[in-house]
Parts: sequence; C-alpha cells; structure tokens
Amino acid sequence: MNWISEFVRPKIKKTSAKEVSDNLWTKCPECGQMLFNKELEKDYFICSFCGHHLRLPVETRFKMLFDNSRYRLINLPKVQDDPLNFKDTKRYIDRLRTYRRSSHNDDALSVAVGNIDSIRTVIGALDFGFMGGSMGIAVGEGIAKACDFAAKTSAPLVLITASGGARMQEGMLSLVQMARTTAAINAFKESGLPYISIMTDPTTGGVSASFAMLGDINIAEQGSIIGFAGARVIEQTIRETLPEHFQKAEYLRDHGMIDIVINRMNMRETLARILKLLIAKTN
Amino acid sequence: MSDSLTANLDFEKNIIEVEDRIKHLQQLGNNDNLNFDSEITRLQTKLERLLKSTYSKLTPWQKTQVARHPDRPHTIDYINGLITDFTMLSGDRAFADDNALIGGIGRFCGQSIVVMGQEKGHDLDTRMKHNFGMAKPEGYRKAQRLMDLADRFNLPVLTFVDTSGAFPGVDAEERGQAQAIASSIERCLNLKVPMISTVIGEGGSGGAIAIATANRILMLEHAIYSVISPEGCASILWRSPDKVKEATEALHLTAQDLRKFGIIDEIIAEPIGGAHRNHAETINHAKEVILRHLQELLSFSGEELKKKRTEKFMKMGRKFAKSE
Ligand SMILES: [Zn+2]
Repeated sequence: MNWISEFVRPKIKKTSAKEVSDNLWTKCPECGQMLFNKELEKDYFICSFCGHHLRLPVETRFKMLFDNSRYRLINLPKVQDDPLNFKDTKRYIDRLRTYRRSSHNDDALSVAVGNIDSIRTVIGALDFGFMGGSMGIAVGEGIAKACDFAAKTSAPLVLITASGGARMQEGMLSLVQMARTTAAINAFKESGLPYISIMTDPTTGGVSASFAMLGDINIAEQGSIIGFAGARVIEQTIRETLPEHFQKAEYLRDHGMIDIVINRMNMRETLARILKLLIAKTN
Repeated sequence: MSDSLTANLDFEKNIIEVEDRIKHLQQLGNNDNLNFDSEITRLQTKLERLLKSTYSKLTPWQKTQVARHPDRPHTIDYINGLITDFTMLSGDRAFADDNALIGGIGRFCGQSIVVMGQEKGHDLDTRMKHNFGMAKPEGYRKAQRLMDLADRFNLPVLTFVDTSGAFPGVDAEERGQAQAIASSIERCLNLKVPMISTVIGEGGSGGAIAIATANRILMLEHAIYSVISPEGCASILWRSPDKVKEATEALHLTAQDLRKFGIIDEIIAEPIGGAHRNHAETINHAKEVILRHLQELLSFSGEELKKKRTEKFMKMGRKFAKSE
C-alpha cells in the first residue's frame, strides 16, 4: 500500500479543541488514552488502544481513499451567505467567517475526483468540524453539483457524511435541502451509476433522513452514531435510559438499515471491490 | 371541540372576555325573553375590531401559538369537510398501522384522489390514539404505500401537514425513522400524479417534508413551517428555553416569510380571528385554493409533473446562489 508512504500531514486541523490536549497528543474520546498525533495519523485516526474511530480531516480521508493519495478538488458553487440574517448569541455570518478561517473551506462539504483502484470516482465528504457538518444551501448546492458532475463524467458517487443535520441558521432554506439533495441523488441514480453512502460519526437529523440513507449500498464506519432524533431528545421524550449500542452503526445494521459496518482500515479495499462488482461486471 | 385541554391563548385575553360577555347576554336573552340585541351588536362590533387588530399583526411566536391551537381544524376536519366517499386505508404492509398519519382514498370536488396527513387529535383519548401527530417509520411507510396506490391508479395526492415532528423514540429509531423519511421524500419526488401539500398548522421539520415534497406547497395564513421547533432552537443555540420568542423570530417560520423565500406557493387566508374560530370558512378557503392548483396541475403529463417537482426543489435556495 504505497499510497500510505505519501501520507502528508494535513494542513487543516479539524479535530475539535477538547480532543486535542496539545499539539503532540490527542485524548481518545472513548477510552481516554493519550495518543501520539504522529502515530494517530499513521493509524488513520484509529485509537491503537481500543480501536475507536476518531473523526478525521476530510483531506486525510481523501488521501486515504484515492490511489496514490492523488485527487482534484471540484469547485463548488458559491451561494449567498446568511439569507435570513440570523443571529442567536452570535451572528451566523460571524460564525461562518470563523469556521472558514479555521477550515480553509467555504462550507462543510468538499468534493473531489480521483481514482480508487483505477476506477475514476467522485467523493463528497462532510466536515463535522465545520458547524457540525450541518446542511444548508451551500451543502445542498454542493451535493447537487457532485451528483451532476459524477453523472456527466460517468463516475460512481461516494458521499461520506458526518453531520448533525440541517443547519438551523438557514431556517426552512436548509430543511428543503433534504428534498433537494434527494432530488439530486434521484437524478444521479437515473444514470445507472452506483451511489455509495458512507455514514461516519455522527450522521443524524436531516442528513441521515435524506441522501445519506438512500445509497444503493449503505456503509457505516464502526461505532458511529447514526439516527434521526438525538439521543438526548429521545431520553427526554420517553424518560428512560436508552439501550446499549443504541444508534451505533452495528445497531443500525442489526435493525436492517445498513448493509456493511466497516473498519476504516478496510474502507478503500471494500469500496474498490464494490465499485468493481457494480461497474466492471466481467473480468 | 369543547373538550380541548390547553388554556386560551395569552394574547387573546381581551378578545375572550368580550366573547364571554356576548355569550352570557345571549344566554340571558334566551332564558328570560329579554332583549339585549343592541348591546350584543355593540359588543360584536367591538369584538370584530379587536380580532382584526390583533390578528393583523401577530408576532411569529403568537402565530406559533395559533398554529398549535387545539381547536384549529385538523387533518380529520379537512377530510370530513372536503372529501366525499372517504375510505380510510390502514397499515404499512410491513409492521403496523400508524394513526399519527392517516389517509385513504376519496373524492375531492368530484375527482378521485389519495389523501393523507398527520392527525394530532383533539382530546386526551384521540391525542393518545394519534400519538399527538408524531408519526413513526410505519407512518411514513404507509404514506409511501398510499403514493404507490396513487401512481398505479393515476390519482392526485393531497396531503395535510400538521405535526410537531417525527416521533423521537427508541422504537422509531430501531425501525429506521431516518430511512423512512428519506424514502418518503424520494417517493414524493417520483410521483407521476399531481401532488399538493397544505401546511394546516405546524410543519415540523423532517417529519413534515416527508409528505410535503409536492408540486404545490400551500400554507394556512397563521400556520408555521420550520427546520426545528422554536423550543429546540432556543435550547440548542441560545442554551436557554426562555429565548423561544427570539428563536421564533430568527427562524422565519411564518407563511408570510416562507412565501418571500420561495419555499411555499400560496397562503390560504384564515377567517378573522384565526382558523379555530371558524372551521367551515377556513376549510372552504382551502378548498378553493387547492382546487385551483389541482386544476392547473391536471393539465400536465405524469412525466412533466415529476420533472416540474424535481426542478422546483432543485431551484430552492438557488435564487440565493451566486453564479459559478
Ligand atoms: Zn481509545
């Protein structure tokens, strides 16, 4: 796997502040062990003690999946910022500016094209570090662009989600992105090309209840929280403690919602195998 | 609808006082053959003035209260008022029948249609029966099954949206609430018949759009439609439930705002003083508007309807998109 040797330290730091104790060490949110960052990167951000899959930068994700870590980012359409002029304890436009500075991206979605074991593939990935990977107009527009670009260039589509759902600060304009992204996926599916959905931690709300659940094949990273309603909301509604493994990837697989629960280590190989089975039907 | 459980709306205090005085005088008159007509007329004029002035400038939070008023006409009332030969159809053909989302076939102004919507219930028993209008996956799968039927027999689909949201519960999650909503949206988009959705009270988030991805989206004058409940928004973004009014303003969830943003197509006028004061007039307004949209849509082919619906949603938010 020579592509690992070209593994470059991501320029973009997206691990949330509390997970990083200092520049050198990261605390595993699952087992609490301190992990040496250089080693963590080498291990695809998987805890070497308990196997927990930590969130990882989108750039790292792309480098892990594409042949020789090579890919090209697709320009996504610019949209009007803050259509509602939304302000809670802080102005939305100021939040956006802060996230843009720290992530070097306009919004939560990045779309790239490259090869996976020589199959030209379009991958879109949500960055949970950018406002919780929430879906507003920009993400909706970006998903639509990814679908359109993949269909026009006859490439299979992979969407990797990590999102709390719709972006409240864009009000109904964000809710309708559920319908919009579903429409975009619908149109892409008419091309006959495969759409693989990969849900990572966490995938909830308006993102899980739209394009994420509509993959021809639904894959989830092990241990990821996936669901519609937040666990806290459910606890408050039913006033009982939740079952063990509730809303974990394995729980969803056992209840019939997910095809494959996957270890991140095997993602590239699994994707390559599935894409070949669906596209190169004879060998 | 006398056995409603919630108290009167706080901002209607003066209105209800006058209404009570009118009722009182009318009763006195009936019992003792006394004539209070002139006083009643005076009070009625006053009442109308009060209602007009109050309801012409409701704040978003007041609209939220009106939209949730227990005496508002609910889906069952619209079905009873608008649909003849209504035949309720039950079940998702897989797991259960969800009474939070009811539907069936019937006739609207002579035309055979499929009709469905969330029903909140109006008293303790019916609220329990309908799970307060919060559907589970089987509800959204029933919706899809009814849409299959609509496609098979070329029946237009009318939906009535009135839910605080999809049910948040362990059972709903383990049966795939997210998948059920996602595939319901997809099913709406693939329909080859006209689909018209009317938000009659509360349009709560994903649980609403699951049956509102339609060719035409209509909204009652004082209905709300939102990505999250004002309460949820206040507690997440402000970390304080006291900020619910601020959240309601910020979310732009009124029919008037959503018309401006191009999310909905038309606002259905409510009687003076809100839909809860006059069911018949409300439902009649709805009928006129729905019928007009249905007649327009019936002139398109199934493929055109599907294409137009897809284009409608692909465009949403794009008028805010800058060119590449
Ligand atoms: Zn660990």
